[in-house]
Amino acid sequence: MCEMSEEYRESAPKGPPQPRLGTQDQKCVKCKEGLPVVVIRAGDAFCRDCFKALYIHKFRAMLGKNRLIFPGEKVLLAWSGGASSSSMVWQVLEGLSRDSAKRLRFVPGVVYVDEGAACSQSPENRAKTLAEVKLVLQTTGFPWHIVALEEVFSLPPSVLRFAAQEPVGTEGAYKAAVDSFLQQQHALGADGVERKSQHCSQDPHSHTGPPTTAQTQALSRLFDSVKTLTAKEELLQTLRTHLILHVARNHGYSKVMTGDSCTRLAIKLMTSLALGRGAFLAWDTGFSDERHGDVVVVRPMREHTLKEVAFYNHLFAVPSICTPALDTKAPEKASIHRLMEAFILRLQAQFPSTISTVYRTSEKLIKAPRDGCAAGPRCLLCMCTLDVDTADSTTAFGAQTSHLPQMQPPVAQAGAAAGPCCCAGMGGAPGCCREDPRAQVMEQLCYGCRVNMKDLPSLEPLPPYILSEAQLRSQRATVEQEVREYLLGDSEDETGTGES
Amino acid sequence: MAAPLSVEVEFGGGAELLFDGVKKHQVTLPGQEEPWDIRSLLVWIKKNLLKERPELFIQGDSVRPGILVLVNDADWELLGELDYQLQDQDSVLFISTLHGG
Repeated sequence: MCEMSEEYRESAPKGPPQPRLGTQDQKCVKCKEGLPVVVIRAGDAFCRDCFKALYIHKFRAMLGKNRLIFPGEKVLLAWSGGASSSSMVWQVLEGLSRDSAKRLRFVPGVVYVDEGAACSQSPENRAKTLAEVKLVLQTTGFPWHIVALEEVFSLPPSVLRFAAQEPVGTEGAYKAAVDSFLQQQHALGADGVERKSQHCSQDPHSHTGPPTTAQTQALSRLFDSVKTLTAKEELLQTLRTHLILHVARNHGYSKVMTGDSCTRLAIKLMTSLALGRGAFLAWDTGFSDERHGDVVVVRPMREHTLKEVAFYNHLFAVPSICTPALDTKAPEKASIHRLMEAFILRLQAQFPSTISTVYRTSEKLIKAPRDGCAAGPRCLLCMCTLDVDTADSTTAFGAQTSHLPQMQPPVAQAGAAAGPCCCAGMGGAPGCCREDPRAQVMEQLCYGCRVNMKDLPSLEPLPPYILSEAQLRSQRATVEQEVREYLLGDSEDETGTGES
Repeated sequence: MAAPLSVEVEFGGGAELLFDGVKKHQVTLPGQEEPWDIRSLLVWIKKNLLKERPELFIQGDSVRPGILVLVNDADWELLGELDYQLQDQDSVLFISTLHGG
């Protein structure tokens, strides 16, 4: 039954503990029998077992109703050590070990990003945290990958490119895939399944050696040069996403699962609005995010509130590791993220339907492209399709975009008319470029990323893959522009001769 | 006159960072006229245990929104929240949900 039994008491038991409830007659709202231990939503009290069933059901239903993860697919679990992602990893672990009818059917791996350098942690603390991380990763039994954030300095520019993918199958395709998978399993028999799972755990675990001090210093320099905590957090998120994407692509994972909870997504929705990312809310907070093309980011925890996560982790002993983050112990007004978090949580305390209302709103956001807009250019950093109408100077974005070409120094304009840009590689002198490198990068960013980059006085400490990709795109745009000019010239000549 | 109480106070989810990293504290609350409840326990914690940044733990006379309170592994909302009267050998756990992700 659902009594609070002795095993949860740390101190020496003095006989069976008395259930001391303020409202003695309250029972679990679901099974009507057990003693409730947790209140979810507004006043629904659940006993331990019903809470566990509800929690697991939410996770499975979220995966099941969206039907995006095909059987046998490789899925990378992004684990930060925190409560939500630990809970997600644990759910996957439990889901895979169930009896075959209800077993989860994908092949997971776990990635952990060591962000100690960005949070100014000492090497000893980082090593200690990594040792704890490894212990937890080993207990999961999944193939794991530990990457240090410093590795962004060796990322290739291809990370920023959208990799086109065949469109996801229809409803029929999903059902067909599941059926064929089940048939395969029946054919192989129980032994076949065992062999398959053993092979998976022999995948090489990857932990590239500790980063060099030069890389750590470069990363610290980058984050120290950012003026505001808001921009730091956004930059950290961007770099982390790129790194995880790179790991996923390298090891053949086609999906990445992140542990964003309902509470976090509600806060993220409001924060994104404040940061100027309103156009991309559906991708930032929806269940699936296909902005990268071949790797789809999926958020299975998006219906679990932080309270449910914390309770579950405590009641069922889910291991998690608490590491200091960028905003640990920061005052309330230190960044937009903190401010919005405090605002939402305080509102939630008085109006318990706040977070669920914001969540329902985020569910209604659709990703339909604008009419007449085919696959347009993508933002360099966040890889969302640029919602840009440069001709529209009435919007702030349009005004910014039209302002940029006027920033060219007059000498460079004369040089540009002479031919294509002469700097072939990364080391070209900035003076001879058609635009200076900062303008080059800025004009390829969406509004939100541009506002963040404003807090970075110099783009030089950025990892090289960002700067080289920006230059490549800019050069390509220049060449396209010139080819277009040639074509226009030809047709003008033709009409001229036709008339005369 | 309430007798002194022996209570175990525990912090998790990152809240322990405000208490020198120590998660478990076995405390003895001194005897006083009014019985001890969570409200007075918070005042006591603020005065005796909290090492830094009280505004990150306590807001007004309650905990900051985002910090869960469990008494004997049960949600404090079931027990009357701040008005729950502490008994000897109770275990109060504060979990911060705001840290990490």
